Amino acid sequence: MSSSAMVTANQLIIMAELKLFRTSSSPFVLRVVWALDLKGIQYDNIFEDLSNKSSLLLQYNPIYKKVPVLVHNGKPLLESLVILEYIDEIWKQTPILPEDPSERATARFWAKFGDDKVLPSIWNAFIKQGKDQEEAIVTAQENLGCVERQLTGKKFFNGETIGLVDLAFGWLANLLSVFEEVCGVTLIDHEKFPLLLEWIQNFADAPIIKESWPPRDKLITRYQAFHEVYTSKEAPK
Amino acid sequence: MAEETVKLLGYWASPFALRVKWALKLKGIQYQYVEEDLPNKSPMLLQYNPVHKKVPVLVHDDKPLAESLIILEYIDEVWKQNPLLPIDPYERAKARFWAKFAEDKCGPAVMAAFSKKGEEKEKAAKEARENLKTLESGLEGKRFFGGETIGFVDIAAGWIGCWAQMTGEIIGIKLIDAETMPLLDAWFKDFLEVPFIKECMPPQDKLLEHNREFHKILTAAST
Repeated sequence: MSSSAMVTANQLIIMAELKLFRTSSSPFVLRVVWALDLKGIQYDNIFEDLSNKSSLLLQYNPIYKKVPVLVHNGKPLLESLVILEYIDEIWKQTPILPEDPSERATARFWAKFGDDKVLPSIWNAFIKQGKDQEEAIVTAQENLGCVERQLTGKKFFNGETIGLVDLAFGWLANLLSVFEEVCGVTLIDHEKFPLLLEWIQNFADAPIIKESWPPRDKLITRYQAFHEVYTSKEAPK
Repeated sequence: MAEETVKLLGYWASPFALRVKWALKLKGIQYQYVEEDLPNKSPMLLQYNPVHKKVPVLVHDDKPLAESLIILEYIDEVWKQNPLLPIDPYERAKARFWAKFAEDKCGPAVMAAFSKKGEEKEKAAKEARENLKTLESGLEGKRFFGGETIGFVDIAAGWIGCWAQMTGEIIGIKLIDAETMPLLDAWFKDFLEVPFIKECMPPQDKLLEHNREFHKILTAAST
């Protein structure tokens, strides 16, 4: 058997049963979609209505009851960044983590920073009003400043190719401008965040990534609805 | 490996620095320890961890690494003896899941019970107990999360047993008890008895006193 035929045969065996419980545009789901697509892995999509979760989802993820859940040969994988590491360990083509341990640690650090600091601070800026929003914007921009510096001299966070940190920050590429439009504030501009804006363009244009790009009009509608709910709850200061 | 190529910046009462000490001890790695005075952080710490300005920071061959769970994974990748994570990818994913659960749900819940007063304290304690009960299910009936021996999740979550017990004493509400969570209770007791774990623990009476003081400060601040 030729080596490429052997790889395909092995992939078929490994792929055997791969299901992804998902929504169409959740930031955490898309990471997994992109990772699987970049590696050319076949899988079944199971779309969840989060207001009416399937019993299967609740069975696979009883603790968090969330998407994404990747089920591989009947075994559930939970938490998007954990899933990405699993995918990278099982399917070795198009690696998303570097080989060098200190570079891997750096990638994990920035992915964590994105989820622990950047995302919550941007969400805060999105849902708050008045003075609270002004303060939230300052924090969000400080966090984004740290991220901007990581792109110095690089096309992607991972270098020439897309990696873990790019996938982890992918939501920035499709959601940041949506947030800005919905709540009428500018979080990043060309003067202070030229590298981030360039990265957003490069990421959005990348083959494979753009094939699973969530349609902007749907995102606008969705986040407009969120914005109305949150801003009606919070009294502006 | 020469001692001077591995350096750990820590704080004696930090459970996160303790995780790293445990991992280094388990693998027999020689290192230089630098005790930080947290109200007065050293320029070295600020240079090595400019983003978070926190301990622990592991410096290996002049490369600084921050975030304790990430440091644990790094240590496991560089020094292969006495592995922390299992070999099987699915088991590794489960270990990462439970370490993250302990980090996101158990630690902060115990901290919330520790720092609040009155009704908020009761609510936080209840949540902490629920999350600890969930953590118990991750043991899957085993002695340690790593099976017969200490593994990644044990080192990640082990501090919680000790801190939850101290918190319980300080706030007057038991967070871990043998009745409702017998396996978790047994686990944390067994964990703290393991020689290399015990050797790295800060002196218990000093730690309790330190946390009592910390508790007074936190509850004076919250109204």
